Amino acid sequence: MDVVLLSRIQFALTIAFHYIFPPISIGLGVILVVMEGLFLKTKNPLYERMAHFWVKVFGLVFAIGVASGIVMEFQFGTNWSYYSRYVGDVFGSALAAEGVFAFFLESGFLAILLFGWNKVGPKMHFFSTLMVSLGAMFSAIWIVVANSWMQTPAGYHIVGEGLRQRAEITDFLALVFNPSSMDRLLHVLLAAWQTGAWLAISVGAFYLLKKRHEDFAKASIKIGLVVALLSSVLQLFSGHSSAIIVSKYQPVKLAAMEGVYEASAPAGMWLFGYVDEKNEKVLGLGMPRLLSLMVHFNSSTPVQGLRSVAVKDRPPVQATFQAYHLMVMIGMGLIGLSMLGCFLWWRGKLFETAWVLKLFVIAVIGPQFANQFGWMTAEIGRQPWIVYGLLRTEQGVSRVVSAGNVLASIILFSCVYALLLFLFLFLLNQKIKAGPVEEAGPSQTA
Amino acid sequence: MHLDLNLIWYFLVGILLTGYAVLDGFDMGVGALHLFTRTDRDRRIMLNAIGPVWDGNEVWLVTGGGALFAAFPDVYATVFSGFYMAFMLLLFALIFRAVAIEFRGKEPMGWWHQVWDVCFSLSSVVSSLLIGVALGNLIWGVPIGADKEFQGNFFTLIHPYSLGVGVLVLAAFMMHGAIYAAMKTEGELHEQARGWVRNSMIFFVAAYLVTTVATLIHVPRMFAAFGRYPALFLLPLVNVLAIANIPRVMAKGKDFQAFLSSCVSLFSLMAIFGIGMMPDLVYSTLDPQWSLTLYNAASSPKTLGIMLVIALIGMPLVVGYTVSIYWIFRGKVKLENTSY
Repeated sequence: MDVVLLSRIQFALTIAFHYIFPPISIGLGVILVVMEGLFLKTKNPLYERMAHFWVKVFGLVFAIGVASGIVMEFQFGTNWSYYSRYVGDVFGSALAAEGVFAFFLESGFLAILLFGWNKVGPKMHFFSTLMVSLGAMFSAIWIVVANSWMQTPAGYHIVGEGLRQRAEITDFLALVFNPSSMDRLLHVLLAAWQTGAWLAISVGAFYLLKKRHEDFAKASIKIGLVVALLSSVLQLFSGHSSAIIVSKYQPVKLAAMEGVYEASAPAGMWLFGYVDEKNEKVLGLGMPRLLSLMVHFNSSTPVQGLRSVAVKDRPPVQATFQAYHLMVMIGMGLIGLSMLGCFLWWRGKLFETAWVLKLFVIAVIGPQFANQFGWMTAEIGRQPWIVYGLLRTEQGVSRVVSAGNVLASIILFSCVYALLLFLFLFLLNQKIKAGPVEEAGPSQTA
Repeated sequence: MHLDLNLIWYFLVGILLTGYAVLDGFDMGVGALHLFTRTDRDRRIMLNAIGPVWDGNEVWLVTGGGALFAAFPDVYATVFSGFYMAFMLLLFALIFRAVAIEFRGKEPMGWWHQVWDVCFSLSSVVSSLLIGVALGNLIWGVPIGADKEFQGNFFTLIHPYSLGVGVLVLAAFMMHGAIYAAMKTEGELHEQARGWVRNSMIFFVAAYLVTTVATLIHVPRMFAAFGRYPALFLLPLVNVLAIANIPRVMAKGKDFQAFLSSCVSLFSLMAIFGIGMMPDLVYSTLDPQWSLTLYNAASSPKTLGIMLVIALIGMPLVVGYTVSIYWIFRGKVKLENTSY
């Protein structure tokens, strides 16, 4: 295998693993802020016990997120050194800003969150939780800005010739507020909030079914459902607005997402389907002209299709199409499930309806898969470009790293990450089984 | 050489990496000493001594890496791709270190604790050595071609000098960690930590003398700047005085002063390194013309200016949180139910 393909596999593997954790941190951060806020307001010790329990989970998630996150930051240099030279002036700034504005804030206040219960008062602890939660979101801001610049580059110019060619910043604000960054940031944050919310709901539902920690369980479900419902409904609008940006700035990507081949014609949307890439058509269930309507607000406006560009400039259509449709399907399912939950809660039947609680328990994997599929859509759909329209992926790779070296590191990453995932799930499961402390004590023993 | 954005960023990246050495240095050192403790309780105390701060300390490396990427993209690209396997090993060591600290206290079984104790200690030793070997290679120089790319392999990086600097960094971190452990502990463990300070100082001073002599003989360019600007000799003077001050104040039981001295000695060592390297970030052994300098490897002045604004806004806040956290968690370690 060649070094480009291996480097892509390694990046995909390491980012997919890493991206299990930050959305939980961001989402759980919000849930923790709500719980500690409720504790400050009501002085009900239940909320303090909840915060104690979820902080422990947060610590576990955070540690693996940090460990796998350092890999991401180093990997641009190790495996994509030409890319790093080419975009360092622009892209590096966003990463450095993430370190300065997000990581220090997050890791500093995390100390108080985890170990400061007896060192500071409840108000200061609440403040620290708020700062950790903000830090996690600031980190999302800068990383999504950096990634969005790869999707819709702006605020730069190209200088130099040949191997000395590179992008340099002309307008930092245009870089930060590039055409897709704010829409994609909102999309990522809403997804992360759902990830945290469904973790809280799932654990709560599990306890209710087992008839354990019922107060804790009910409160977890209620807080989770409110966050889940709000963010999943908002996600509908955010997703729509993101798609319009994609149609404007990355039309070929949108064409791959919906499997539109015709160079210029009104296009439909598929509920699900299979892309017959050889014959350039999609088999499935869909609605004609809906895509034109959705992105242009007019069902007869043509949409740019894949045939408008050479085959070598098209992304892998099947993978983009499937990842996108799976994400949408899961997203719709989560809207439905949170609406159902809220309806039953309103009718006062939620905590007795076992089949819904069972669905809640497994729903925790929904946002996780939607997150992964969403990023696959974004990143596979961007191909064959590493920076859309500017630099091709195969150009970005490190020239001095051999395929053998990358293969060796892929094998190591696979083994280590499989082990970490297993240990994470094992410890999380142990933590959930042990449950929160029943009495209103300061915390359970470590 | 006059003060411009490139020079400022050379210093700022240097300060971030020095912050990393001074802060993560002691928790790496605590890790390297971890297995010398006698009981499970002592090991818990060691972990909790660094518990609230190790993660924040590591952020200095992450931010230093990000700043290097932004300010000197060619250096970031050349060094990270050129030292590929070394960096992969460092990444795995850092991963295992982070999870060992977090996982150890999660289960009650003795074997579970032992596995993660070994993991924590080994990964701390390996990380320190690798960081030192990387520094050693930067001092010694590496084969960089006209295209700014590294022209060697993993074994190009392994030679007596780079290994010597690896050992020096390990020894320095062990000394630094031992003093930190002494400062944070009480009773028997405290006495034991004082013993570590003695032994690791001997180890450090020996490694320091050997590498200094080797550098004087083999890498005289590291001292060129000191010949040109004799005022710079203040730095080695401060360095030697700070090191000499450690046993003096330790004997009086002033652990905190010893720790500050140790911080000053690491800081001044990094400063000597940074000034010796100037204007190079990566020295080419093939042709000094091909070295990556703070000019030919840098981002545009516009970007360096924007980054300076970011640093001026952000770094005072960072120093603020760091000082507050260390203040809140000052004093001897007390195990609580929220500890690791």
